Amino acid sequence: MSFVEYGDTIKDGDTAIVFLGHESMFPVKVQHGTVTQTKYGVIRHSTDLIGKRYGSKVTCSKGGWVFILHPTPELWTMNLPHRTQILYSTDISIITMMLELKPGSIVCESGTGSGSLSHALIRTVAPTGHLYTVEFHQQRAEKAREEFREHGVEHLVTVTNQDVCKNGFGVSNIADAVFLDIPSPWEAIGHAKSALKAEGGRICSFSPCIEQVQRTCLAMEEYGFTEINTLEILLRVYNVRTISLQIPDLGKAAEDNSSTGFDSSNPSHQGSPCTNPQQGPVQFKSGVPLREMVGHTGYLTFATKS
Amino acid sequence: KIIFEKQWFYLDNAIGHIYGTTFEVTNGGNLQPKKEVEETTTETKEAGTDNRNIVDDGKSQKLTHDDIKALKDKGIKGQEIVQQLIENSTTFRDKTEFAQDKYIKKKKKKYEAVITIVKPSTRILSTMYYAREPGKINHLRYDTLAQMLTLGNIRAGNKMIVMETCAGLVLGAVMERMGGYGSIIQMYPGGGPVRAATGCFGFPKLFFDHLHEFPLSKVDSLLSGTFSIETLPSEPEDSTLLEEESNGLTEEKETEQESTPEAAMEISQTEEPETMDINAEEAEFKESKEKENKENVREKQRKQWERRKKLIETAALLREKNADGLIVASKFHPTPLLLSLLEFLAPSRPFVVYCQYKEPLLECYTKLRERGGVINLKLSETWLRNYQVLPDRSHPKLTMSGGGGYLLSGITVILDKGKSDSSHLEALKMEEPSSKRCKVQDVHC
Repeated sequence: MSFVEYGDTIKDGDTAIVFLGHESMFPVKVQHGTVTQTKYGVIRHSTDLIGKRYGSKVTCSKGGWVFILHPTPELWTMNLPHRTQILYSTDISIITMMLELKPGSIVCESGTGSGSLSHALIRTVAPTGHLYTVEFHQQRAEKAREEFREHGVEHLVTVTNQDVCKNGFGVSNIADAVFLDIPSPWEAIGHAKSALKAEGGRICSFSPCIEQVQRTCLAMEEYGFTEINTLEILLRVYNVRTISLQIPDLGKAAEDNSSTGFDSSNPSHQGSPCTNPQQGPVQFKSGVPLREMVGHTGYLTFATKS
Repeated sequence: KIIFEKQWFYLDNAIGHIYGTTFEVTNGGNLQPKKEVEETTTETKEAGTDNRNIVDDGKSQKLTHDDIKALKDKGIKGQEIVQQLIENSTTFRDKTEFAQDKYIKKKKKKYEAVITIVKPSTRILSTMYYAREPGKINHLRYDTLAQMLTLGNIRAGNKMIVMETCAGLVLGAVMERMGGYGSIIQMYPGGGPVRAATGCFGFPKLFFDHLHEFPLSKVDSLLSGTFSIETLPSEPEDSTLLEEESNGLTEEKETEQESTPEAAMEISQTEEPETMDINAEEAEFKESKEKENKENVREKQRKQWERRKKLIETAALLREKNADGLIVASKFHPTPLLLSLLEFLAPSRPFVVYCQYKEPLLECYTKLRERGGVINLKLSETWLRNYQVLPDRSHPKLTMSGGGGYLLSGITVILDKGKSDSSHLEALKMEEPSSKRCKVQDVHC
């Protein structure tokens, strides 16, 4: 496996995703002789994982089972160890498209944070592109380097431990795109501009607060960026449910039992023992919104250097 | 010659400039003005504080329609017309600074015709199609397309299956993300794949080398194993197929011509209009045209043979059943498409289905649960909100898109064999981990 290439079978050293069902999963590092505990029992890596195909059902010691999945940046985003607040796939997808990223793109990013976006960027620019990511927190930078190594993508990324607002990205005139997720992006716009290719490129800044966006937009304008555009994207997830609504008794059925009301369109209570067919429920499928959803992650400001 | 937004112009002058250059339209040709026109805020910086004394009497503009038309006919620069309008507005000076700003912006938009030529990309094309021709792409909004590319883990090296009726826009987006690495099999309904939007991307020829197509109408026979017999040299069958396909091609050309003027909005199509539609068939089509009629028959046979060879190759690719992903975005009901096409996927691979409406995806969700072999099913929609960000005037834009369609996504897993009876139950159990625990599993541990 690698995060930039599909493999068929699970190998020693792979990062795999254990799927327990219902959006509950976690990553494992596959190693000979290691065991992993789940609520369905123990998984023995040597016998249960190594050599099996990705997508296999693995039976645990207590008889329960899990699926083992091939890692992808999206699954990693849902399961990675948080060192910071992270970007989720909804924002990542619009960032990737609006920055016009593709194989071969050179991207600059700061901060690296937990590497959620980094993995997605690397996936998209591979095999010929490169990611230059800057993280001013030494421990996080170190941890990110380690993860990239484990995930087989270290050749596609350079992690630099410095302050992007003071020292920039450490490269100039080579980037097709720049992404900023830092508290004061307006202080890095100048550095972003010099990191971008002379012939131009795209920039994106992620900020939770509108005041940050305001200052960033002013800075972008000052540095001659064009096509400045701020947007926000929200994900709505629906649960698929079968809903049944009771038909109210309006007393009509007592007068006319063979009524042509709702029941004729609803096969579900044909042959129901109910004496009054109009009081049976009507069933239908519905996409029900979650009771609570993410209402705001951040504003995304895009612009072009040309 | 190209018409765009009621202006017509020649693109000759645009050649040689870098992408992102802004042009001003003169009588016919293109002229290259300065990149940044310095703001003409020479007029008195006088402004009111509120609008308590501004009355709408319809007489604030002293220039009449005819006056304005006369100015335009004289070929006066738009910038000067705007200046005239401001000078002849009695209320302009009483407006607040913000209102003045807004007034100028509005007039500039109307009278100063500037055109920027940019490079085609998924960002540009999907935004353009959604704004201009939403019907042709089943109202697939650009942020929804972005989700599809991410959820589908589209990247270099994949072997993808794409089934779309979005004018080739989704195909183009997938091709851009794969950068010519890996392979794509496009499933098409009718006589041939529509790739009008794909042509707008200006992909190099190399990108088309690993692009295959397969008729949707042969999927069933391929799955049941009767495919090869059917396609072996049955002469009449093939010739009708050929005819159908050439029909498809002319249709495609028409749609492309239709879309050309809009495409020119932001895209310089002139650079390589010929290489745009590097459809293998079309290339062959042209080739054959050049040759004389006497070779026509032999040529036709050769083409038929080649077509059949390609079809068999594509069938072989599908038969391996190891594709790395499936993307569906069509006008058809998604359920039967998905139930069949998922068969061609390897386990532990993502799939994404787009539908303009939610209801068919509800059904699809239910049917996939019954089938099994899929996990992490998710029905979702994204909302997109654009903002105006200006000093002291930041707020969400007044209008936002009502809907950009729905997505159903998931991941394939190895399907349990020989347990078709219990598979339904199992699929249901998968939803509820609590009940799963009590379940006595087939104990082969």
